[in-house]
Amino acid sequence: MLNIDCPWCGKRHETEFRYGGEAHIARPEDPAALDDTEWAEFLFMRKNTKGYFAERWLHNNGCRRWFNVIRNTVTHEIVGSYKMGETPPKLPKSAGGAK
Amino acid sequence: MTQHFRTASGGRIDRKKAINFTFNGQKYIGYEGDTLASALLANGVHLLGRSFKYHRPRGIVAAGAEEPNSMVQLGEGATTEPNIRATQISLYEGLTARSVNVWPTVEFDISAINGLFAKIMTAGFYNKTFMWPRAMWMKLYEPVIRRAAGWGKAPTTGDPDIYDHMHLHVEVMVVGGGPAGLMAALAAGRARARVLLVDEQGEFGGSLLSKKRQIGAKDEMAWIADMLAELEAMPDVTLLSRSTAFGYYDHNYLCVLEQKTDHLPAAERKGKVRQRVWHVRAGQVVLATGAHERPLVFADNDRPGIMLASSVQTYVNRYGVLPGKKMVLFTNNDAAYETAIDLQAAGGDIVAIVDSRAEPSGELVEAVRALDIEILAGYAITGTRGGKRVESVQVRAIQKGAKVYTSAARRIDCDLVAMSGGWSPVVHLFSQSQGQLEYDEEKACFLPGTKRQAQQVAGALAGEFTLKECLAGGYKAGADAARATGFTPKRKPAAPEIDEPALGGIEPFWVVPGARPIGEGMAKHFVDLQNDTTAADIELAVREGFESVEHIKRYTLTGFGTDQGKTSNINALAILSGILDKPIPKVGTTTFRPPYTPVSYGALAGRNLGDWSDPVRVTSIHDWHVENGALFENVGQWKRPWYFPKTGETMQDALNRECLAVRNGVGVLDASTLGKIDIRGPDAAEFLNRIYTNAWAKLGIRRVRYGLMCHEDGMVFDDGTTARLAEDRFLMTTTTGGAAGVLDWLEEYLQTEWPELRVYCTSVTEQWAAVSITGPTAGALLKKLAPEMDLSPESFPFLSFKEGVVAGIDARIFRISFTGELTYEINVPWACGLALWEAVMAAGAEFDITPYGTESMHILRAEKGFIIVGQETDGTTTPQDLGMDWIVSKKKPDFIGKRSYNRSDTARADRKQLVGLLTEAPDEVLPEGAQLVFDANAPKPMPMMGHVTSSYYSATLGRSIALALVKGGHEKKGQKIFAPLLDRTVTAEIVDPVFYDKEGERLNG
Ligand SMILES: [Zn+2]
Repeated sequence: MLNIDCPWCGKRHETEFRYGGEAHIARPEDPAALDDTEWAEFLFMRKNTKGYFAERWLHNNGCRRWFNVIRNTVTHEIVGSYKMGETPPKLPKSAGGAK
Repeated sequence: MTQHFRTASGGRIDRKKAINFTFNGQKYIGYEGDTLASALLANGVHLLGRSFKYHRPRGIVAAGAEEPNSMVQLGEGATTEPNIRATQISLYEGLTARSVNVWPTVEFDISAINGLFAKIMTAGFYNKTFMWPRAMWMKLYEPVIRRAAGWGKAPTTGDPDIYDHMHLHVEVMVVGGGPAGLMAALAAGRARARVLLVDEQGEFGGSLLSKKRQIGAKDEMAWIADMLAELEAMPDVTLLSRSTAFGYYDHNYLCVLEQKTDHLPAAERKGKVRQRVWHVRAGQVVLATGAHERPLVFADNDRPGIMLASSVQTYVNRYGVLPGKKMVLFTNNDAAYETAIDLQAAGGDIVAIVDSRAEPSGELVEAVRALDIEILAGYAITGTRGGKRVESVQVRAIQKGAKVYTSAARRIDCDLVAMSGGWSPVVHLFSQSQGQLEYDEEKACFLPGTKRQAQQVAGALAGEFTLKECLAGGYKAGADAARATGFTPKRKPAAPEIDEPALGGIEPFWVVPGARPIGEGMAKHFVDLQNDTTAADIELAVREGFESVEHIKRYTLTGFGTDQGKTSNINALAILSGILDKPIPKVGTTTFRPPYTPVSYGALAGRNLGDWSDPVRVTSIHDWHVENGALFENVGQWKRPWYFPKTGETMQDALNRECLAVRNGVGVLDASTLGKIDIRGPDAAEFLNRIYTNAWAKLGIRRVRYGLMCHEDGMVFDDGTTARLAEDRFLMTTTTGGAAGVLDWLEEYLQTEWPELRVYCTSVTEQWAAVSITGPTAGALLKKLAPEMDLSPESFPFLSFKEGVVAGIDARIFRISFTGELTYEINVPWACGLALWEAVMAAGAEFDITPYGTESMHILRAEKGFIIVGQETDGTTTPQDLGMDWIVSKKKPDFIGKRSYNRSDTARADRKQLVGLLTEAPDEVLPEGAQLVFDANAPKPMPMMGHVTSSYYSATLGRSIALALVKGGHEKKGQKIFAPLLDRTVTAEIVDPVFYDKEGERLNG
């Protein structure tokens, strides 16, 4: 069970959270201006990253805030979490083991 | 029967405390401190069960969790437990146990005849033999196999025991209470970290409980006692014995099963928690899980009396039991020689030591030579004899590299074979934590390599096989763990002088050939004793094209038992490596999965049983429903009245009566469970405009509007009415089951996409009770309850609400309708729900008011063609599919879902669209979910054209009605469609989904 660092509440068990998929996919300003391919890209296409990945989490059984997490999808290492609108922390160069 | 195989003295048993127990109906006596296995061995009982496939006699092999054979059915009745290892059952007064997988008895087992057919029961036997014909499975193969191959029997009644769960946070968790684990806990404890030390056994000490060692000035028992005394005195150190860490999950989350009363007689267990699951989050974990000895794979290595050498040593030293009096030791290393020395000292006789190494040497070898024990160096056991107990072994000189040994055979009589193929560190938890294993050629075992989590490894798990290394490695691991969690370890204590024999090397010997090639003749070289997998099975699997270790595991079942292959995995891997001629590390290991040892469902469930398995939500009117005979339906976690049958009524009778009451008089529904969300803020109207498909900006205050919510892909996901309470405030209602999801959805957009909008959402579902009165006389009823209120259509039109006093209670009254009749939904503070309901019932008596439930609600709305999200929709349904284009704004430049309506897929003409169905026979009620076809005679598989989403008998219409999603259905009205069912085909006509009052004239009463 992941130990997720909510930027408001601190570290809590994964069971308090809901997963929200890939982060930093903004809803297009003017969807009508997109052609079908562009719209489908926004709707359906997500990265299947092996390694460090920015993803959204909701502390739904806690403060009910959405925030972002950088997690290594191979090791589950969590590099850090940050509030919506904040700049992501710097990514480590390579996926290493725990210290 | 007396304990003929007890040693004269010694062992950690209390010879003054005799314990009576029963095995397979026979009464025996053991001592306090025994396990069931040690007590049986003390009584000379080796035959404990029959093997899985061939029903060969099997006995005790090991002394702990790694035991593959001796599973028993423990206890009787409701508390019986199948497949418990006799080696892990602490003996208690009155214990009863039986063999599993025997029929009719362990001594005479009919299925042992399988052994005669052993030639055909090879790897993949079940897959190959029982493929076809399918009907034979149900009638013949499955029942026969189940009786022949099943292990123990699950209890048939509910588990009466109490279980619970505890959560714990510590800086350092130590798994394994042997010498390394004790030292690790001491180091972390002295550094003042919060420490948890768990060990699966009843006593701490691990391997030291089985060996005699002098540590400084103390013997091993005094040393353990001193360690425990110091740890117990530390306030932040928790010691849990009889506690198995069975799962190691992400981010140092471990689950531990503590067996609190399983070692007690039944009378002392009453009222106590039997088992507790600890959920531990640790800053650092020290794994000191030790090592398991490996068997050697030789011909007929499975007879009772053939045991692991270290386990024999455990029985002798810890339990004061001689597992045999004439022992042959078969080994490829010299650590096992200590067993011979200890057994001889305890009064046993060592007939011979068969050492596969050509030139064994070292301190222990010399010590054995000094005892005048025969050592057959460069020899191997190539066969065994004996029925229910080993009687002799055949030994031959090893011919290096040969597939068949032609050297002269010699027979040695014995009643015990101790074997040692070396040691396998218990890497299970390390592997569960995603750590990578590395093969160590010199030590001939897998050791922890790269780790994934914040952890340390110590002791035999880390390849530290001497006590000296264990103590030093354990202390270092504990100190490192404390340091990594922010504590300062104390200076390392001086290493004590330790009296232990120096160890020589090990020469791997994975499978022993005999006079015939492996797999030929009757001899079996067992690799996995629990699953009856042999070396020949692995060879066969490779011949049939399997190469991946994961495939071989599944095909041969190696490592699939309740022991998860603790004694077999590495041997199987090494044999596979030999066959494939690939080095062991290249073959790779199989995945170790939780649980490390089996965990009962009761323990996993804990207190979450019955009423506590899931929260139950009830309305403030619930007790009235119960008292008035309602049957209930679960909607999410809510209990909603389903219908209110009167005495003698069938369900359909009750539904007919309820529906007709609504159409002809007045009905009342508890609508409190509908989700309610208070939406406030200057941008609330703009927000609703973006969330709903229709327009909200111009909705007047005190007006109500129905809305559909879609996801970005254009698919409907919730609906409901929303009222404008003020310029900047709305009250949204959602479906009962969708309330939490809708609130999540609203908050997601406010937080992540449109943080600039000043809008706040609050769930008020449980703040407002809602009583809905509906029917032609609903107006007259409300007039009685709220005489002051102007109910004229001009003052109180459809889709508006009023605030006022109803039955003396401050209320909001909404004019909305889900039945098509004149409806007032009266909202009052939650606590006033029952008072309002009772006032409505009293005032309604003269109108013959009829309470109705969700089922009648469904019928009434279906008569009107109103959808239910989740019934008429399934996540692939657009508003247009539902014929609800009218609610999709053409003017709003954007809202969630809008762009997707133009996608080629959502614009297709042959999408499944909502229609009504009228069956040819008016009494025929189609099953919901029935598939629909246009051509009832089309060849199979028929092209599926849609399915029935809702179907009822309508008393109002005097016939059945159905709603369905049909491909291109909107253009197919008037056409015939067919529902091919199991026993008949139903014909129906596609019609408009509104069956009743198409003009909506009844809305105003
Ligand atoms: Zn939080």
